[in-house]
Amino acid sequence: MQVTSSVRQPLVTGGKTYHDVTHDVCRHVEAKPTKLWYMAFLTAVSVFGLGSIAILATLWEGIGMWGLNKTVGWAWDITNFVWWVGIGHAGTLISAVLLLFRQKWRTSINRAAEAMTIFAVICAAMFPVIHMGRPWLGAYWALPLPNTYGSLWVNFNSPLLWDVFAISTYFSVSLVFWYIGLIPDFATIRDRATGLRKIIYGALSMGWDGAAKTWMRYESVSLILAGLATPLVLSVHTIVSFDFATSVIPGWHTTIFPPYFVAGAIFSGFAMVLTLMIITRKVYKLEDYITIGHIELMNIVIIITGSIVGIAYITEFFIAWYSGVEAEQYAFINRATGPYWWAYWSMMTCNVISPQLFWIKKIRTSIVATFALSIVVNIGMWFERFVIIVTSLHRDYLPSSWAMFYPTWADVGVYLFTFGLFFTAFFLFAKFFPVINMAEVKSVLKSSSEKAHK
Amino acid sequence: MERDTHFILGVYDDEDVLLHAVEKVRGSGVKIHEVYSPYPVHGLEHVLGYKRSKLPIAAFLFGMLGTSLALTMQLYMMKFDWPMIIGGKDFAAFPDFVPVSFEMTVLLAAFGMVGVFLITSNLKPWAQPRIFDVRSTDDKHIMAIDLANNSSVDLDKITEILNESGATEVNKKSFE
Repeated sequence: MQVTSSVRQPLVTGGKTYHDVTHDVCRHVEAKPTKLWYMAFLTAVSVFGLGSIAILATLWEGIGMWGLNKTVGWAWDITNFVWWVGIGHAGTLISAVLLLFRQKWRTSINRAAEAMTIFAVICAAMFPVIHMGRPWLGAYWALPLPNTYGSLWVNFNSPLLWDVFAISTYFSVSLVFWYIGLIPDFATIRDRATGLRKIIYGALSMGWDGAAKTWMRYESVSLILAGLATPLVLSVHTIVSFDFATSVIPGWHTTIFPPYFVAGAIFSGFAMVLTLMIITRKVYKLEDYITIGHIELMNIVIIITGSIVGIAYITEFFIAWYSGVEAEQYAFINRATGPYWWAYWSMMTCNVISPQLFWIKKIRTSIVATFALSIVVNIGMWFERFVIIVTSLHRDYLPSSWAMFYPTWADVGVYLFTFGLFFTAFFLFAKFFPVINMAEVKSVLKSSSEKAHK
Repeated sequence: MERDTHFILGVYDDEDVLLHAVEKVRGSGVKIHEVYSPYPVHGLEHVLGYKRSKLPIAAFLFGMLGTSLALTMQLYMMKFDWPMIIGGKDFAAFPDFVPVSFEMTVLLAAFGMVGVFLITSNLKPWAQPRIFDVRSTDDKHIMAIDLANNSSVDLDKITEILNESGATEVNKKSFE
């Protein structure tokens, strides 16, 4: 069925037919879980369980369990929050922005990337919720419900409240976008199944029958959701950056933050997609769907966004000097040469220097190198948030208040908890959901061909 | 309304053959009940003569509703119900209302449109779809022709038209 064009590289290799696509994706859902899957899943659940101890300790004792002090009032919690939200940017970017730009290679990776987005946003949301200290009262601080804990209503002038709306909208719209795409694939599984599986996937597929009229509406819905999700993706990290940019702390009070945070989010999101997809394609033998071509294209996105991030770091430094504001200048000199110099230079090495290796074709088409660099980028992006948050705070206005931040076991535990949560969810997804969007892959199977039009 | 029960199905395995087949079948005066495909076939809705979906209009209206609700809510809470001086800002600090208004626009537009889509397409967890051929979610395009709607055309004639149009199989399907 697949007709290869002499002009364009095919998106799916191996001469797959439509039925092959169905079979290659569905067989993982239909097969019994493998030993490898059980091991991976149990590891994730154990990390999740261990991390829960830190969560319970924090809820029972309070935020005092963390290493925060009067000077450094935000540290790992907000670092992890921004880091996870950033990771959660790739999925919707791939499925929405690349849909609008008609980049058909997205079809093989969008399903897993969107799943990753949803789980990453859940992990991110954990941090501000726990940081409330008493999250059971959180609804009064986060939602417009009249209360007497502070002002009558929530404060709509605060970027923290904008964040509540941005993150929850982003989460729910991404979830809907993902689910709409899943419906036709659930129907495919339903039609291959018998017994209980048929009932479950039948309910999940909501009675999808693939009628031309429904497909027409589906396409219309996808296009508009993509149009809505594109500014939404950009708005979310913009608003996250407002948490810092609208303050008056030297090092945070920067107009460059929104675009710089968005580029950083796409950068780290693509790195995480690569980390997970390289493993998934290997374990599920999906090399014909997620080809070296896909990996190379994602690496090119990483070079571009990594370079934008690099330019932003340099611009920040330049503007701090050029502004003539001493406090601002000090904040940046202190970042690079102060007690947290090691965090700053880890960030610079991981985010600015290492992705430049992808200019070399041999490296960006190498799976081992891509996998290693994707992890390096994620470490670098964690350090970026740590540098911005902690080094800007730890030198307070009064030298007598200067302090350092040392994480406690509870800080580490809460971070581990989110890793456990993320991977537990991802492994469940990989087992029970179709990891590749079958319907969309089928729709591009012929399109890179001239011979197709008889 | 009694559901129609007797159908004749044309099975196609190529989207381009299908597009021409739909034109041919409709051209010879046979009414097509519906075409079922495993993936969206571009141009199929045109040859079947379907009108453009009105979902974009629904999305726009729900979006406008979201914007108005968000602005009304923020203005009411911040300026009229409980005005407080925050950072010396105006009570009705419109620039500060932009992010929440934008997010609520997107939220209502997306959910409203998807809701309309699910209702109009009759998608719900307990729906029992009529599956003409299970291969229609795998690798075949199924053209369903309702015999009750085509009583003027002879059954053999329809079969012949379907075969001529490139169908790999022509089957009959009846529902109870």
